[in-house]
Amino acid sequence: MRPNKARLTGVLALALAAGVTFGLPALTAAGQPEAKKETTRGSRKDKKKEKEVKPVELTTGQVAEVQKLLNERKLTPDDLFAAAKTYMPSGRHDDYLLFASGGHSGQVFVIGVPSMRLLRSIAVFTPEPWQGYGYGIGDEILKQGDFGDKPLKWGDTHHPGLSETAGDYDGRFLFIGDKANARLAVIDLQDFETKQIVRNPLIISDHGCAFVTPDTDYVFEGGQYATPLGLGYAEMKDYKEQFRGMVTAWKFDKDKGRIDQAQSFGLELPPYWQDLFDSGKLLSDGFVFGNSINTELSTGKVDEKAANFEASTTTRDMDYLHIIDWKKAEQVFKAGKAKKIKDFAVITLDTAIAEGILHFAPEPKSPHGVDVTPDGRYIVVAGKLDPHVTVYSIDRIKKAIAEKKYSSTDPYGVPILDFDAVKEAQVELGLGPLHTQFDDKGFAYTSLFLDSAVARWSLGGSAAPKTGEKPWSLLSKTPVQYNVGHIVAAEGDTVSPDGHYLIAMNKWSVDRFFPTGPLLPQNFQLVDIDVKGDQPMPVLYDSPIGVGEPHYAQMIKADKLKPFEVYPEIGWNPHTGAIDPKAPKAGEEKIVRDGKNVEIFTTVVRSHFTPEHVELEQGDHVVWHFTNVETSQDATHGFCIGGYDINLSLEPGEYGRIEFTVDKPGTFPFYCTEFCSALHLEMAGYMRVKPTDSISQK
Amino acid sequence: MALLSRWFGPRIPAEELRRSGWRYALPTLTLSLARILLLCSLFLPYWHMQLQAPQYPNGLEISAYVNYLEGDVSEIDGLNHYIGMRPLDEAAEFERTTAVWLIIAMVLLVEGAAAVHSKWAVLLVLPAVLFPIGFLADLQFWLWSHGQHLDPKAPLSSSVKPFVPPALGIGTIGQFKTIASVGLGWWLAAAASILTIAALFLHRRAYKPLFDRTLGRAAGPDALDSISASAVEAA
Repeated sequence: MRPNKARLTGVLALALAAGVTFGLPALTAAGQPEAKKETTRGSRKDKKKEKEVKPVELTTGQVAEVQKLLNERKLTPDDLFAAAKTYMPSGRHDDYLLFASGGHSGQVFVIGVPSMRLLRSIAVFTPEPWQGYGYGIGDEILKQGDFGDKPLKWGDTHHPGLSETAGDYDGRFLFIGDKANARLAVIDLQDFETKQIVRNPLIISDHGCAFVTPDTDYVFEGGQYATPLGLGYAEMKDYKEQFRGMVTAWKFDKDKGRIDQAQSFGLELPPYWQDLFDSGKLLSDGFVFGNSINTELSTGKVDEKAANFEASTTTRDMDYLHIIDWKKAEQVFKAGKAKKIKDFAVITLDTAIAEGILHFAPEPKSPHGVDVTPDGRYIVVAGKLDPHVTVYSIDRIKKAIAEKKYSSTDPYGVPILDFDAVKEAQVELGLGPLHTQFDDKGFAYTSLFLDSAVARWSLGGSAAPKTGEKPWSLLSKTPVQYNVGHIVAAEGDTVSPDGHYLIAMNKWSVDRFFPTGPLLPQNFQLVDIDVKGDQPMPVLYDSPIGVGEPHYAQMIKADKLKPFEVYPEIGWNPHTGAIDPKAPKAGEEKIVRDGKNVEIFTTVVRSHFTPEHVELEQGDHVVWHFTNVETSQDATHGFCIGGYDINLSLEPGEYGRIEFTVDKPGTFPFYCTEFCSALHLEMAGYMRVKPTDSISQK
Repeated sequence: MALLSRWFGPRIPAEELRRSGWRYALPTLTLSLARILLLCSLFLPYWHMQLQAPQYPNGLEISAYVNYLEGDVSEIDGLNHYIGMRPLDEAAEFERTTAVWLIIAMVLLVEGAAAVHSKWAVLLVLPAVLFPIGFLADLQFWLWSHGQHLDPKAPLSSSVKPFVPPALGIGTIGQFKTIASVGLGWWLAAAASILTIAALFLHRRAYKPLFDRTLGRAAGPDALDSISASAVEAA
């Protein structure tokens, strides 16, 4: 039989009709309000196409023009090359982001590389009004770091630590320590805001913070100046017995993006003034290494006869490299063998020794940085007072531990590994070696503080064939201006350094910039390390840092970060990472009074606050909720009330909350502090506070 | 009964179908295709407007579906409030709430037209044929309405006077350049419209002779046989 085409058509038509009829409710449901998506919240970046740049060929006229410019401005051809290597045309983004600590500014600075443009600061331990941090919003974060009931209004940020996955930066979080108060902060790199501050209750200063383990399981905080654990009072004569050092392993909950204090623990150390730390990686994964600078157990100038710390902490030829098996320590902690002091878990020194967690290795006196090579095989200790870097090998260390090759034990019973058994090499670099970074070609870079220079030297072992140079040898030195502290190369402390750019973080700038009074900026100098082995590495750019005194920095490939352009939803609470149930919605603004408690729900948009008038009575306790209902990138608003020390920064979509008591009666205009629109000045309102005695004040 | 058959036209005799099935299948298939396109258009944007201004390097965009707006609606509304323009969601509210049903009704009518073998089929497909033009006309009306009824007390009322944004092409308002164009959904509806018109010709070619011979001339019982015979000859 031949198929009946018309019948087929009829069946098709019927099927369609049925589809239409049954599909109807689904269609209408799907099409309606829910589908009102805002494409603004998606990433617009996809659309942004890099402008095609055609290969440049200078005409003879242009060459002459350039030559004229160089001569007019008294520039050399090297200057021209440096400019071409660093100049960023408008709109072009930098290849790398530098996260630099702010020193005693208590902040973190984000700087683009190679342009060296300061992109923003991140308020961490110090209230900062531009970000509205500590003037209403952010107070609760700062409060987490208070010293008991004493608010701490600043911090001394030293060593930023980017979160890592398999030993490589993953661009998710940044940790930073506060040397002055032994605190650690967590910054989320989705919005570049501080999310948490934790304070170690047993110590009051740290220096070896923050150093993350290769998968960000722990963030290490090495203490600095020894104190009685728990910060009790003690006599200096009892230093040896009463004072202790400590390294703390802060457990990081990667899903929550917060430190889990209950899973964190400390490790009691002899009172040697532990200094910098670094986590092992790959071959040395599971270890953390730290330096010490006062194995003399000096108590300084306690009386007329005694020498001060400067002189008395530098008398011994050798101090101790601390080799800590943190994986073993974790097992011991999990087995419940830690002791609680002030409710904080501590593995005591005796337990650490008994369990084989802690070993020492001699290191030339009062060293500074300890840095692990990309493959994790070598640990480089910079001499500071010794012109060498001393290189230890993890294979030798493991072997010496296994074979108990001890030269002696320290006064507390910690086994000291035999120096010659664990030492791989010593490389003489110059005066005042401090910190070491690495590239992808087997070279290491060490800052020389006293020489004011950056040394390039070749690694040995498995890295030797890559360099094509004699292993463990100094290749070149680049003078920098002046007194270089830390250096940082692109991803130069990870398992896979990128081998581009190095920044010398110079402590003194002296004559480099216009003298801004007696207090001068620091000088970040960008050094080109994309040159052959023993070639000089040119300085490309000087960048004054006049907002703080950075110590360490880390440099990450910019495309590893995926920050929010605006908060993902309207009413987003940056501290909970979700829409806040209290977030005011457009059209539902209100003032709710319950006795003396007043709750205000305000929306913020260009160019008005709703409500604009808030009438209160003296003594009212106010909880004021804000939502910036903007969806456009950069449509940030501020909110301030004069006389009340309140200033907020509300970024697009952000929910914020302030709580205060209106103790001062009067008439207080509030306004938007961030220039937002043509009608920015009109973006204002009044908070009027009626005096309790009903006599209006002038 | 006679009236009904005049409206719906004659049914196709089995013998006739066997001999020249494609002649009758073609209009039905073409109309089905038109229906599918029209249904698909429900899920696609009918219209886009891009706004370009110095402070929006990536531009702003809205897309209109038959039943909702998508894109930077709140941002554009926010900007429009400075010139006193009503929110975009206040435009074409009736059209947006009824559009899905309207299109489904049109699809059903087109479906019905396939079963009507007379000239009245034209009436049934007319809404679907005119829909794309109607959509643009309605859109232009609302653009006119929004652009003409600005709040005279708005902050920028002195620099931006009432205007009519073009539904298609390039316009200027304040520092913004607007670029409006139809979207894929509209093109599908337009294709459905053209297919429907084509189907009408195929429909006429298939059914007019049948209609004329069976009903138009009140032919006798042999008429069908003669048609079949002529069809065989033609083949």
